[in-house]
Amino acid sequence: MPDLSQFLTNQLPTLVVAVIGVPVVIGLYIVGLEFLVRRLPDAVQPRARPWIWVGPALVFVTVFLVIPLISTIWISLQDKHGTAFVGLSNYLAVLSDPAVLLTIRNNLYWLVLYTFFTLLFGVMMAVLADRVPYETPVKSLIFMPMAISFVAMSVIWKFMYSYQPPGATQTGTLNFLLTSLLHIDPITWIQDQRFNNFALIAVAIWGWVGFAMVILSAALKGIPGDLLEAARVDGAGEITIFRRVIFPLLMPTVTVVATTLIIFALKAFDIVYVMTAGNFDTNILAVKMYQEYFVSADPGRSGAIAVILLVAVIPVLVFNLRQFRAQEARR
Amino acid sequence: MASVTYDHVVKRYTADLTVVKDFNVEIKDKEFMVLVGPSGCGKSTALRMLAGLETITEGQIRIGDRVVNNVAAKDRDIAMVFQSYALYPHMSVYDNMAFPLQMKKLPKAEIEKRVNNASRILGLDNFLQRKPRALSGGQRQRVALGRAIVRDPQVFLLDEPLSNLDAKLRGQTRIELQKLHNDLETTFIYVTHDQVEAMTMGDRIAIMNAGILQQVGTPDDIYDHPANLFVAGFIGTPTMSFVPVTLQNGTAKASGFEVKLPKHVESAKGTLGFRPEAVTDKPSEVATLDMKVDVVERLGSDQFLYGQVGSDTITARVDPRLKVEVGDQVKLGLDTRSLHLFDAETELALL
Amino acid sequence: MSVMAQERIEAPAWSARWLADRLGGVALHVAVIGLTIAWMVPTLGLFVSSFRHLTDISNTGWWTALSPPFNFTVENYSKVLAQNNLGTSFLNSIMITIPATIIPAALAAFAAYAFSWMKFWGRDILFLALVGLLAVPLQLTFIPVLKMFNSVGLSGTFLGIWLAHTGYGLPFAIYLLANFFRSLPTDLFESAEMDGASTLTVFFRIVLPLSVPAIASLVIFQFLWIWNDFLVALIYLGGTPPVAPMTVTVANLVNSLGSGYHLLTAAAFLSMIVPLIVFFSLQRFFVRGILAGSVKG
Repeated sequence: MPDLSQFLTNQLPTLVVAVIGVPVVIGLYIVGLEFLVRRLPDAVQPRARPWIWVGPALVFVTVFLVIPLISTIWISLQDKHGTAFVGLSNYLAVLSDPAVLLTIRNNLYWLVLYTFFTLLFGVMMAVLADRVPYETPVKSLIFMPMAISFVAMSVIWKFMYSYQPPGATQTGTLNFLLTSLLHIDPITWIQDQRFNNFALIAVAIWGWVGFAMVILSAALKGIPGDLLEAARVDGAGEITIFRRVIFPLLMPTVTVVATTLIIFALKAFDIVYVMTAGNFDTNILAVKMYQEYFVSADPGRSGAIAVILLVAVIPVLVFNLRQFRAQEARR
Repeated sequence: MASVTYDHVVKRYTADLTVVKDFNVEIKDKEFMVLVGPSGCGKSTALRMLAGLETITEGQIRIGDRVVNNVAAKDRDIAMVFQSYALYPHMSVYDNMAFPLQMKKLPKAEIEKRVNNASRILGLDNFLQRKPRALSGGQRQRVALGRAIVRDPQVFLLDEPLSNLDAKLRGQTRIELQKLHNDLETTFIYVTHDQVEAMTMGDRIAIMNAGILQQVGTPDDIYDHPANLFVAGFIGTPTMSFVPVTLQNGTAKASGFEVKLPKHVESAKGTLGFRPEAVTDKPSEVATLDMKVDVVERLGSDQFLYGQVGSDTITARVDPRLKVEVGDQVKLGLDTRSLHLFDAETELALL
Repeated sequence: MSVMAQERIEAPAWSARWLADRLGGVALHVAVIGLTIAWMVPTLGLFVSSFRHLTDISNTGWWTALSPPFNFTVENYSKVLAQNNLGTSFLNSIMITIPATIIPAALAAFAAYAFSWMKFWGRDILFLALVGLLAVPLQLTFIPVLKMFNSVGLSGTFLGIWLAHTGYGLPFAIYLLANFFRSLPTDLFESAEMDGASTLTVFFRIVLPLSVPAIASLVIFQFLWIWNDFLVALIYLGGTPPVAPMTVTVANLVNSLGSGYHLLTAAAFLSMIVPLIVFFSLQRFFVRGILAGSVKG
């Protein structure tokens, strides 16, 4: 059993201090500095004040996001020991390494398949659930996997993918269905290189269809009922209505969800790390990056891979920023 | 003294966008002044500059003798009722009204006294503990008024307070606001786009269009002696009829009739204006209009005819018992005592 | 005569159209219910397995346990709690998650208010930068931050991971809260300004009380995100048992258990309890957190 007494004496106080103390300190900081700001001449006040309010947040973001970002780029241009500047040689090494090229290929699988199928099932479930009276529990149950960690999901699916040699009783759900319903030999989902990438991607899809569904469902309900009724009166069938009225109106939301999923596909780590540790040709960039640093102790190469990830994300980033500015202009 | 003076006030956003141009008006103490004009004419901006919610680009605004250009909104000793009421949704009616006094750091007993007083005047005693969402539109408006009253300001500013109420409530509230003004004996500055509100409520009216002040005067003044074409067309329901005329030898020639002018004017071309009540079924020796009727409006107490005289559209107000059908040709008399003439170019009144 | 005519107007009950509608309706329900059940199967499978003996798990599928004889046991749970540090991990998860949720929320509230209702030089560019940072993968920060932590002795400490999660969580938190604050009506602020309320008064007495739903959404979203986080904990807490949260502990079990994988079922489920409770009781807020800024058009 966990050492509860140790927890109560050592750690609980720290927890309480952190949870209550920190907001109090931040509050006092703001109140205290407000006091000082009020002493400034009236005209200066509105210019000085905002910096107090955004200051702490900006400091954290700079220290933990901005500076490390630049620093990583810098590290990727150095050698293994961080002493000599080697320019782009890390990048050349990494991009000619077949292991890395494999991860790029796998990330592309993730990018395309994960995004597409999550969206597909998300739209499907949003539209279908919208038409049944028990919509709320259905959405809840499909959404539930979002609440658990990818690690837990990996454990769940590890059991789903369980393999026993042909002829033996199958304990894995999928192989059981294969052998009893389709009469095919069981598949080693995690090792078989024909399927394993897709098996891993399926776990992520299963987890995040709920995300897409919830957002698309909200967008769907935002479509005025009058439009659909007008279309029906005009004689359009349900499928036509979906194709020509509903889907076009959902497109903006689909785009937003897609960008989130794409970013996600590029960052994927947990599932692959836990289920295969990157073996059997399933490795992906994020895992490789981790391995280069913690296993091969090569920060230069590790940083290079991280920068590759960044480069891959840039188109999405630019797109997001453009969307944001267009939105702001409309306000 | 709580008079309010706008002295050559200008509000400019960018080089191309000047929303208020050279605004000059003096509002007397205890007066009910209405700023009226179509949407976008700058009336709300003018009000907000007085409130301190917009900066003043040029000119001065004075409350009493005090120049308030650089005085913070809260120190100007004015109170404002917003169009949407701006009630704090999470606070009760009592707290909403007490809030400004708490900001002034008044003692609790004084706050209670003032809130209860305002509540009594406005009939809110039974609602003090309710939150705004549990109130009707009219009640919310009264809370907004209450919040202004408790501050005991020198000037009350009201920004289109009736526009969110339904028609019946609007009529009732108009009367209540006028009574309130009489009771409180404080300067009221009231902004609206509705000329009926302006005419019925104001001691004086200031009409604005496209940022420019068109005319200031009592409702009667403005109605009987509009300074230009815009004012003539804006005030009065149904709208004044406008007929382009050429002017020769003291006579105005329209496409369908002629009329002799009471005095000589310089211009050669103009617009003749006359209100519906000047065109009746009573015969006139001076000018007769032969109208082909397009639309008949029967209102019970009134009857309006809209139709063509020559090539111009005219509105006439006739006896409600007169039987007229669409398409009829009727002979109407023009009362020349209430004739208006506007120059074709400057649009200023000539008579 | 008229009665007969009336009868003819009503369509015969078994027309093709009626049938298609009816079957369409049935097909819809079958599809929806079928898909929902299919979605629940994986979780259900693990849940059932966690109550079975090792021998049962390795020899028969979990679905067989649903018919008699029922052979359920709780020994998986008791064993995994006793010997695998799962209890400590649970407390660690709490120690990590709660402060790492509250600190960014507090900082974000103040910053978001400034971004929404104060005018200052560089405001729009900074906010744009924040939106940009939302897309940047965390991988780009690990090496330098870890180096920094190592040099100041913060790696492997709770304080270190609190600070890291704060930095990582701020862009989203600020974005979510700023969007909400900006949606508050302008005249509320103008009225407060005329009433003489100071910036602090407006923030604490008007903005915060009205923002409770948005803040709740943020807190719940952030809580689930950090509780379920694996990578950040792996990197900054180094997988050392004394401070590892449940995600790390369960992940270690996946590979280290070998023949003891029946314990894995219970371990995984124990790690899911808290998020599931939070999720089911506060789903509304979680969903709202996700919807923040996501529904467009």
